[in-house]
Amino acid sequence: MIYFDNVSKTYPDGTVAVDGVTFAIEENEFVSLVGHSGAGKTTLMRLLLGEEQPTSGTVSFDSVDIQKVKKRDLPKFRQRVGVIFQDFRLIPQKTVYENVAFAMEVAGKTEEEISADVPHVLELVDLTNKMWNFPRQLSGGELQRVAIARAIVNHPDLILADEPTGNLDPVNTYEIIQILKKINDLGTTVILTTHNKGVVEALGKRVITMDHGKVIRDDPTGKYAL
Amino acid sequence: MWMTNKRIIKAGFVNFWRNGSVSFSAVFVLTIALFVIGSTLLFTAFLGTGLKELEDKIDINIYLSQDATETQILDLKSKLEGLPEVKTVTYVTKDQALEDFRIRHKDNQYIFQALDEVGGNPLTAVLNVKAKQVSQYEGISNFLGSKTDLSAESSSIVNKVNYNDNKVAIERMNSLIAGAKQLGAIIIIILVCISVLITFNTIRLAIFIARDEIKVMRLVGGGNYFIRGPFVVEGILYGIAAGIITLILFYPVSYWFKTITQSFYGGVDVLSYFLANFVQIFFIIMLSGIALGAVSSYLAVHRYLVDAR
Repeated sequence: MIYFDNVSKTYPDGTVAVDGVTFAIEENEFVSLVGHSGAGKTTLMRLLLGEEQPTSGTVSFDSVDIQKVKKRDLPKFRQRVGVIFQDFRLIPQKTVYENVAFAMEVAGKTEEEISADVPHVLELVDLTNKMWNFPRQLSGGELQRVAIARAIVNHPDLILADEPTGNLDPVNTYEIIQILKKINDLGTTVILTTHNKGVVEALGKRVITMDHGKVIRDDPTGKYAL
Repeated sequence: MWMTNKRIIKAGFVNFWRNGSVSFSAVFVLTIALFVIGSTLLFTAFLGTGLKELEDKIDINIYLSQDATETQILDLKSKLEGLPEVKTVTYVTKDQALEDFRIRHKDNQYIFQALDEVGGNPLTAVLNVKAKQVSQYEGISNFLGSKTDLSAESSSIVNKVNYNDNKVAIERMNSLIAGAKQLGAIIIIILVCISVLITFNTIRLAIFIARDEIKVMRLVGGGNYFIRGPFVVEGILYGIAAGIITLILFYPVSYWFKTITQSFYGGVDVLSYFLANFVQIFFIIMLSGIALGAVSSYLAVHRYLVDAR
């Protein structure tokens, strides 16, 4: 489903963020990308979203070279991917409901679909009672659950979770990982980047370890080892 | 498409309301800009009408000799009317001149006594000539001065032409009017440029605050049209709000200037000018507000939509 073919990315200032990376991710896999800060995990995510262009090599998604997706088709492409960030990135002016609904609005869903689906996903992440709150009124764990709800509401083919537990305490971390696992069980591919050892080991799923822009290990039921 | 537009408009209204402080400052600045634009336009237009009135007051009086006959006078009148520079020629008879004189000096007892002393009508008939443009008086005066252009018969009845008396005043007025028009145009251009720049920068700042929001919208898969739309709607709302406030402010301000301008021109005042041209002013202010707000927002969001990839 996703294929990184000898991908390298050098930033204009000369930093080599990704260096000759090759790996494939199958449909419905749950893959953890681990490594120190600056190992190139986030750059891989950005390449996958078409936010960055690789310096060499190709990144493809369902056999489509992302580099070749036209600028005006990028929004459509991104609607197939749900993204979750460490810093949540919710829209502060919008309520929880509106933040989730926004993702559906940009995808051109009708009002009926929105009013049916949004409460449903918010129930899934256990936020029904905070539906009309603004992001500033929520805790970190709650914010991340809103972000997850927003990421999954359009039934994406892929969830990209970039350090989703980085700002959370152990209890919230556990909850978020459980939700991601559930999403994966329901049939969505999940790519998770993290440096939380406990999370990776508890999952017992495939682990790709990166260091200095290279893949140094790829274990099918991996452990966090650096 | 309709669904998208409906969502964009709704989001624009909601953002306008929720970003209270940002909207407030944007509307505030836009109000100042519109007020500057509006009052410059209003005052220049008003100045224009005022100058027109002053221009109307400039004329040449041809004092005719006491013994000029009616036919001679009418003959001269029609000759003057034949000149291309002349707009109107008004014939004031001796009796009429006396009448006007009495009215003008009705408060001055000495003049009446002097008039009675003299007896009869010491005043002469007058031809009052108005040119189409202020600069043309000189030509008309030269025509009257040159004996060749006028038949001996006609020139003999001209007693005195007061152009030379008024020459300095007319010339000064002429350059004043030209100067005022030029200065008005320069001031308008400068003020309008400043207000547009300030408005644009304020709105750019308001959108700079929302740049992360724009980034998130892009990542969630929002197209440019969908992201930009609400900001443009917000800009239009700034314009409408600022336009209404400006128009409301104009009333007391022009009311306050009413007496000053009235005594200045003696006649038209700025308040009645404002009220008489309200519909026109309304559209100018509203449309410039809307255009300023919408275009500024459009351009300000644009930079966050193009640089990523």
